[in-house]
Amino acid sequence: MASLPLSSQLINLFAALLLLLAFAMLAQRRVWSLITLFAAQGLALALSTAIVAYATRQPHLYWSVAITIVLKVALLPWLLRRLVRQLDVKWEVEGLINIPTTMLIGIVLVVFAFNLAVPISQLANTVTRATLGIALASVMLAFLMMITRRKAIPQVIGFLAMENGLFFAATSATYGMPMVVELGIALDVLVAVLILGVFFFQIREQFDSLDLKHLERLRE
Amino acid sequence: MIEIAAVLGLPIAGTLVLALVGHRRHASKINVTVSFLVLVAAGALTVRVAREGPLLLADKLLFVDPLNVFLVALTAFVGFTTSVFAQPYMRIERERGHVTASRLRLYYGMYQLFTFTMLLALTANNLGIVWVAMEAATLTTVLLVSLYRTPASLEAAWKYFILCSVGLAQALFGTILLYFAAEKVLGAEGGALLWTELNAVKGELEPTVLSLAFVFLLIGYGTKVGLVPLHNWLPDAHAEGPTPVSAVLSGLLLNVALYAVVRCKVLVEGSLDNAFARELMMGFGLVSVVFAALLLSRQKDIKRMFAYSSIEHMGIITFAFGMGGPIASFAGLLHMTVHSLTKSAIFFAVGHATQKAGTQVMDDIRGLITISPVIGWGLALGALAILGMPPFGVFASEFLILTTAMREQPWATPFLLIALGIAFAAVFSRVQPMVFGETSVKRLPHRPAMMPVFVHLALVLMLGLWIPPFLAEWYRQAARLIG
Repeated sequence: MASLPLSSQLINLFAALLLLLAFAMLAQRRVWSLITLFAAQGLALALSTAIVAYATRQPHLYWSVAITIVLKVALLPWLLRRLVRQLDVKWEVEGLINIPTTMLIGIVLVVFAFNLAVPISQLANTVTRATLGIALASVMLAFLMMITRRKAIPQVIGFLAMENGLFFAATSATYGMPMVVELGIALDVLVAVLILGVFFFQIREQFDSLDLKHLERLRE
Repeated sequence: MIEIAAVLGLPIAGTLVLALVGHRRHASKINVTVSFLVLVAAGALTVRVAREGPLLLADKLLFVDPLNVFLVALTAFVGFTTSVFAQPYMRIERERGHVTASRLRLYYGMYQLFTFTMLLALTANNLGIVWVAMEAATLTTVLLVSLYRTPASLEAAWKYFILCSVGLAQALFGTILLYFAAEKVLGAEGGALLWTELNAVKGELEPTVLSLAFVFLLIGYGTKVGLVPLHNWLPDAHAEGPTPVSAVLSGLLLNVALYAVVRCKVLVEGSLDNAFARELMMGFGLVSVVFAALLLSRQKDIKRMFAYSSIEHMGIITFAFGMGGPIASFAGLLHMTVHSLTKSAIFFAVGHATQKAGTQVMDDIRGLITISPVIGWGLALGALAILGMPPFGVFASEFLILTTAMREQPWATPFLLIALGIAFAAVFSRVQPMVFGETSVKRLPHRPAMMPVFVHLALVLMLGLWIPPFLAEWYRQAARLIG
């Protein structure tokens, strides 16, 4: 492994950082820090994409970097912070399962994701193929976060972190999707967050809380 | 070119206009007019495709062939009849104070935007755009489901958003994998997500990656189709949203999601030598049919019951496409059409019935036929049609699917037959006392729009007795595409 070029090492470094941040989000109890972690994950994603773009001379990836920075590092965290402030959400995030157990399940998921990615990685000829497993793992960790959290805002951050993982998968497997698709996905994500912002206020108005345990009355 | 521009452009224009004036009295008329113009444009597009064959437009971004043009026409038609039904329905809701003027504006604007996203998902050639349009369809309907802002509708909308977004994230991963496989053959320059290009080289795509991609795509879009065990959002979203929305969700959105699955299935089938994709679809389809049939009898809410019936029918269609072959695919397409027409007709009748009774609980709706024969007969005939009674089209398609299953997949036939039997008993025993029996319902302040119900049922009846030659030819061509 010693002979890997610097760019590959850097990409691997950022990929590892992405996974680490996914775990940190899983363990984080406070909404405010969760948003910071989400922004940091967006930054790691943007930096690794930028290195891929530079190393492989794929100029269209710079657009993807720009979208990621504007949307996931600046705009979405800002929107979420504003929401948290306006809604005056309580700091503590309660999980359904305690944090050590969640982390253990997370580790199992990572092993599973790596195994799932092996056959695909072997087929890939991109410099980033080793990171496909990491991308899949961070998607799954975000998924786990959505399942285990009871409050609305952490669930949405889980949804956005999942999108981060998917973008990373697209970069590492194929050097990014066609531009028109990436733009469309970015637009969808932005609209989703705006709609959910409106939605939070409606939920709060009805239930006086953003705790989703109020939303468990509909059965079969 | 002009037709497709109109099909996609009119709903967008409608959205903009209705976003401005949707709270005025004439908004419902504008809504009907725009939907009618979309129907005309879709008709013109259909004629053009029937005459000139498949069209590839707008720098290969849009693609229309016999398979999707028939769904475009169906979507435009049901979109139009639903807007006609919604006229008196939403007016009554407004007068009873269930919705405010500004929410009515939201409703009309989102209704047109929702139509646009479905039409885009159907006509897009780029599978990435299909995904974007599906996600956009979810977002627009989330707002429609939560229109009443009651606790239950907020819960339903939240569940719908979270489950479908997670599901669609799987579909996006599947799309990335597909792109990954295609890029090796087609190169990175744009074309690798275009369905037409992929279809031309499907034999060369890497089978391992494609089978993995199909699992993700089926789970992802399958969530939107409502396949068991991914169906959890569906009954809630149908029951808690306004009835016109239930009608288009059941009649159209589920079809569009299934269409995305079928497009992907064509590619995967071409790449794999084995029956992996078919078996997966048959399995999911069969589980959905059986599970939904068993849950039908436990429902108390009328809209929930028909939502479960939609899961059952989507299961039947998925099973039919899974079996494949010219007859099963033909029957699947026919079933898509008749289910869409019948189910939206039922929801129209149910909408007025619940408005009359002031409740959605079936035990409290009694004797519709004495107070309003039209609604009573509409509901009774719709229920008989959806249960597969002979003169109606649902019988024809189910009969074709069952006989093909007996020949090709004999093991599945008993499950299908028993499930259909259970569904019949469950729905019939519920609908019968609602239609006949002592009445408890009150009169409505406005005449209900029952025209769409009977137009739909007449079409379903016609399709059961006689399929026009041009339509049959069209289904045959589409079935050949599906394989």
